[in-house]
Amino acid sequence: MKHLISLLMENEAGALSRVAGLFSARGYNIESLTVAPTEDPTLSRMTIVTSGSEEVIEQIIKQLNKLVDVVKVLDLNDGRFIERELMLVKVKATGVFRDEMQRMCEIFRGRIIDVADNSYIIELTGSGSKLDAFLDAIDKTAILETVRTGASGIGRGERILKL
Amino acid sequence: MELSGAEIITRCLQEEKIKFVFGYPGGAVLDIYDAIFKQDYFKHILVRHEQAAVHAADAYSRSTGLVGVALVTSGPGATNAITGIATAYMDSIPMVVISGQVSTPGIGMDAFQEVDMVGITRPCVKHNFLVKDVNELASTIKKAFYIAASGRPGPVVIDIPKDITQFKAKFSYPKTVAMRSYNPVLKGHSGQIKKAIKLLLEAKRPMIYTGGGVVLGDASALLVKLVKKLGYPVTNTLMGLGGYPATDEQFLGMLGMHGTLEANMAMQQSDVILAVGARFDDRVVGNPAHFLNQPRTIIHIDVDPSSISKRVKVDVPIVGDVKNVLTDMLALLDESDKTPSESALKAWWQLINGWRKEKCLEFDRSSDIIKPQDVIEKLWQVTKGEAFVTSDVGQHQMWAAQYYKFDKPRRWINSGGLGTMGVGLPYAMGVQLAHPEAQVACITGEGSIQMNIQELSTCNQFHLPIKVILLNNRYLGMVRQWQQFFYENRYSESYMDSLPDFVKLAESYGHVGMKIENPADIEGALKEAFALKDRFVFMNFITDQKENVFPMVPNGKGLSELILAERITVEDL
Ligand SMILES: Cc1ncc(C[n+]2csc(CCOP(=O)(O)OP(=O)(O)O)c2C)c(N)n1
Repeated sequence: MKHLISLLMENEAGALSRVAGLFSARGYNIESLTVAPTEDPTLSRMTIVTSGSEEVIEQIIKQLNKLVDVVKVLDLNDGRFIERELMLVKVKATGVFRDEMQRMCEIFRGRIIDVADNSYIIELTGSGSKLDAFLDAIDKTAILETVRTGASGIGRGERILKL
Repeated sequence: MELSGAEIITRCLQEEKIKFVFGYPGGAVLDIYDAIFKQDYFKHILVRHEQAAVHAADAYSRSTGLVGVALVTSGPGATNAITGIATAYMDSIPMVVISGQVSTPGIGMDAFQEVDMVGITRPCVKHNFLVKDVNELASTIKKAFYIAASGRPGPVVIDIPKDITQFKAKFSYPKTVAMRSYNPVLKGHSGQIKKAIKLLLEAKRPMIYTGGGVVLGDASALLVKLVKKLGYPVTNTLMGLGGYPATDEQFLGMLGMHGTLEANMAMQQSDVILAVGARFDDRVVGNPAHFLNQPRTIIHIDVDPSSISKRVKVDVPIVGDVKNVLTDMLALLDESDKTPSESALKAWWQLINGWRKEKCLEFDRSSDIIKPQDVIEKLWQVTKGEAFVTSDVGQHQMWAAQYYKFDKPRRWINSGGLGTMGVGLPYAMGVQLAHPEAQVACITGEGSIQMNIQELSTCNQFHLPIKVILLNNRYLGMVRQWQQFFYENRYSESYMDSLPDFVKLAESYGHVGMKIENPADIEGALKEAFALKDRFVFMNFITDQKENVFPMVPNGKGLSELILAERITVEDL
């Protein structure tokens, strides 16, 4: 099953490679990984999207906790959470596509943030599956380029990952 | 007063009360070596290859419980250290390895003798540091020692660029370390411990299975108390030998791939297992699916949560320092008015004694060729079971583990996790330096000993009276055994040709050499060698070429599917 794992770690050179190295060395799946400093610049927050059996996920959490630079780990799937990802898609905007892309963008609550003679850039945020759904919904031949940030996750309500 | 980075390093080592640094100089560490020259607090042991420096520091730690220290230069010095670091990592040995690095402006420029040490060691260290500011040098060293020795121990690398060793800073060594990201759990959960005691007392076929964690955690005395109190059978892993006295009647011997019949069968047929500082690895439980065929309850004490339920699902996990947890368990047992069921325990011991009667470690004592088992057994007798025994990797290692009965912890020094050939001699150096008066035997094969044979020179320089017990079968015996069993006797590249004259070789390094070919001479030769208290003696025992290690659980098989001797399986009993 897909899991979102959030973690806080020391914002130090090499910390990211310890996490990435752990996943490759132990053969864990990694669908996406995002990282940036938090409001406290000495801490980075990472969201890892991974999948595996409950046993594998349990091991992943334990192994992450074992890394000396990692301060806190939370399996977001243990409770209610929000997942968001940003995608930029450059699509053809010629002929029938010019109107159709605008319509699809509206349906998915995206925004057109760049308009050129032959193309648009659409900005879309949502869960990974919503972004997938958008790509499935539009004509494949219209897609020129896509870039996605990978998911960020946060627990709802009282669930707070902080020091 | 300001000190140079190099001086700060030697002062920090002094603050850590380090007595020996094992190392090898080079360009990037010249300033550190200059600072070493000017101090007389610790002794530097100049090895002949950096791999040996790390192994020696590792064995120093294994035999004392203190943190071992190795020092190597950048580039090739650093890469030569990798096998040693990985070996220590796999067996959770606390160690600090200081590597030189090119000066900071040179980093990333493919400078002469530059290698990304932090990157290269990342998968085989507990943690590592690159020091980029001389003002952070002392606090980094403090952290390194703290991390290496606390929680589940392990090697820590500190990579120090040359200019950092030259820059000056005010020296002050922190008294304590606090790290928000690193706080090992040491105290076991009391609810879990209660549950464990209840299960243990209700067990009908209990088994206590202990590993290296008991040795590393200095918990042997507590383990003995617990086992004695309960009257249960106990087995040790390869790494756990000495954690429980091998000559005690409740000890069933080592378990696992080359474990005894009684240990493996009891493990398989038990209904409650108490695992202490052991990790159910592939060499111990064989095929995990086969192991889990038998319904049973597993209690697992370990300081590292990630060792619990990794290969085998555990029912009662207890995370904590084994010493703390065993202390709590003993206290609870004292309070409890319950006792184990006498009748069930009696029946269980009867079953176990039936397996024992098979005498799975018996060997041919009438042979006129030297049997390797015979040598180890006599070594045990001649040294009165008191020696520190280091071993290399192969058949000889398994025979040493099976036939030398370790009654004390930290006496059996070998590479269990990584299985590194070549550790034996450098391990013996580290042990002998730590225990100058002790008898130190290095049990080895002609393959393994040649992997760090250059250390004969170091042993001469530092007058280390080690006794090398070479079981010379002219084969990479363990490889040959697998080829015999699983590759239809195709002995591909496992014959050790063109061996040196080991006696002359030893003599050329200033040591005593002996060649022993007759079984009748084993005991006398050993006595003669150990009587040479201040000499290094290299004993070349010419042994049976085709002797195999039994019992054996073939790879991927279950514990009760072991082979007892040539073509005899448990079903044939
Ligand atoms: C560095 C290294 N290379 C290869 C191996 C694989 N290996 C395991 S045992 C063994 C044979 C060891 O031969 P020897 O030292 O003569 O001991 P014996 O088995 O004959 O007692 C080999 C090659 C290893 N463990 N370590």
